Amino acid sequence: MDRVIPLDLTRLTVRELNHFLHHQLPTGDAVRVEILNPNGMHNLAVGLDAPAEIDILGHAGYFIAGMNKRANVTVHGNVGWSVAENIMSGTVRVKGCASECAGASGHGGLLVIEEDASSRCGISLKGGDIVVVGSVGHMSAFMAQAGTLVVCGDAGGSLGDSLYEATIYVGGAIHSLGADAQEEPMTAADVARVSELLTKAGITRDAKSFKRVASKRSLYHWHADAGQEY
Amino acid sequence: MCGIVGFLAKKPEFIQSLGKHVVPMLTCMGDRGPDSAGLAVFGEPVDPSLRRFSLYAPDRRFDWSAFEQQLAARIGGQIELSALENHAVLIGSVEPIRLKAWLTEAHPTLHLLSTGRTIDVYKDEGHPTDIARRYHFTQFSGTHAVGHTRMATESAVSPAHAHPFTAGEDFCLVHNGSLSNPYSVRRKLEKKGIRFETDNDTEAACRFLEWRMSEGDQLEAAIQKGFEELDGFFTLLMATADKLILVRDPFACKPAVAVETDEYVAISSEYRALAHLPGVKNARIFEPVPEQIYSWTVSSRLT
Repeated sequence: MDRVIPLDLTRLTVRELNHFLHHQLPTGDAVRVEILNPNGMHNLAVGLDAPAEIDILGHAGYFIAGMNKRANVTVHGNVGWSVAENIMSGTVRVKGCASECAGASGHGGLLVIEEDASSRCGISLKGGDIVVVGSVGHMSAFMAQAGTLVVCGDAGGSLGDSLYEATIYVGGAIHSLGADAQEEPMTAADVARVSELLTKAGITRDAKSFKRVASKRSLYHWHADAGQEY
Repeated sequence: MCGIVGFLAKKPEFIQSLGKHVVPMLTCMGDRGPDSAGLAVFGEPVDPSLRRFSLYAPDRRFDWSAFEQQLAARIGGQIELSALENHAVLIGSVEPIRLKAWLTEAHPTLHLLSTGRTIDVYKDEGHPTDIARRYHFTQFSGTHAVGHTRMATESAVSPAHAHPFTAGEDFCLVHNGSLSNPYSVRRKLEKKGIRFETDNDTEAACRFLEWRMSEGDQLEAAIQKGFEELDGFFTLLMATADKLILVRDPFACKPAVAVETDEYVAISSEYRALAHLPGVKNARIFEPVPEQIYSWTVSSRLT
């Protein structure tokens, strides 16, 4: 059985908590850290670089598990803006809803939102994977460059606006596609990719029912002879 | 950056303890707005023949009893004044237009913060914690309240530029965001004879919505016109004598989170300002979506 280290935020400051997670986390053992009384506080468990299991027991604030490397962070509640922003590796799982910019600029790893994510989910994604079990808000995957956004529910307006090489899969309805995003046929490779990510996220859905959205690649370059209507 | 908070009590015990719930919300949001703060509280309506006015004096040693005597001599009628430092609530059978005219002439430094039958407004420069303490916000009771913590980005830091803004009677508005066309809105309204007290962008939104209501629109219809007229970023929290109303602009760049239980509705810029509320951890918590009008009506009264 894991050794559990409880860290109570009614006794510790956020700075002390993160200092402990960065410098005093025991290595070698199977350790699980429980963060108690998060009460919507920001910047919890940011900048981790250890194969630790972290459970945040309650609703948390902004930038939770930002820049995460190797750690597996689970939030047993909702999170505010920019959860797992710039995630590098490991897994961040939110049992509730996430506010704006979930997984913004993520380079690697996996972010799972078990309920809904708000607007700009996966904005500027750079290689990480995001699975949202519910729906996402408007402007999700805006300018996403690499990686995958899987939305089991519906997607809000302007999905994938100015998209680069990230791929979006949507199980429900798409309110509207953003500039330069287009729906494309699902190939066997796409079904396998969605299936793999759903399995990783622990979600049972029929991967074949998803739609694929990718870039039209017409905004990549500036065309000197394009209409100059500015 | 600014912070907004709102609270509507659904049970008498929450009406009585309104201030105790709202103050931690406001002081927590001091992190988002440390330069000034304000609170509008809505209580039991006074008799239709009366009005209540909130008054602000820049001078903390302002002589309110002399003021009361002058007012009684000049305007007459039934007058009741309760003052606290540089703030006073005046209840009387005074026509708002007459009071305003007299204030302009006899006490041009005084600022009329609010007019109505239910609303009291407090606002000033300084940290929200200090302002809440100075005006004894924790002792307030009321059906609903709207508060704001300001970090000024577009106009001066002054008591008059602090939120809530009011216009007309029993209407107030707080704003997180910035409008990009406040001057064109203002020019349009000024042509209709509507007067402004500051150069603040939020005042333009407040007076626009109040103008629409004075033209016969319900607040919801006025807000729909506001979506067409107001350009920029905004999360707006508004209150009337019996309603608390929240909207976010189409981009929804400025945050808001709401929680509703059988006992209260609470709104804030961030969840951490709500975390102390009873039963919040298992309550319905949601993020308002863009361009949707969220409205809650007062259903419980003390009397």
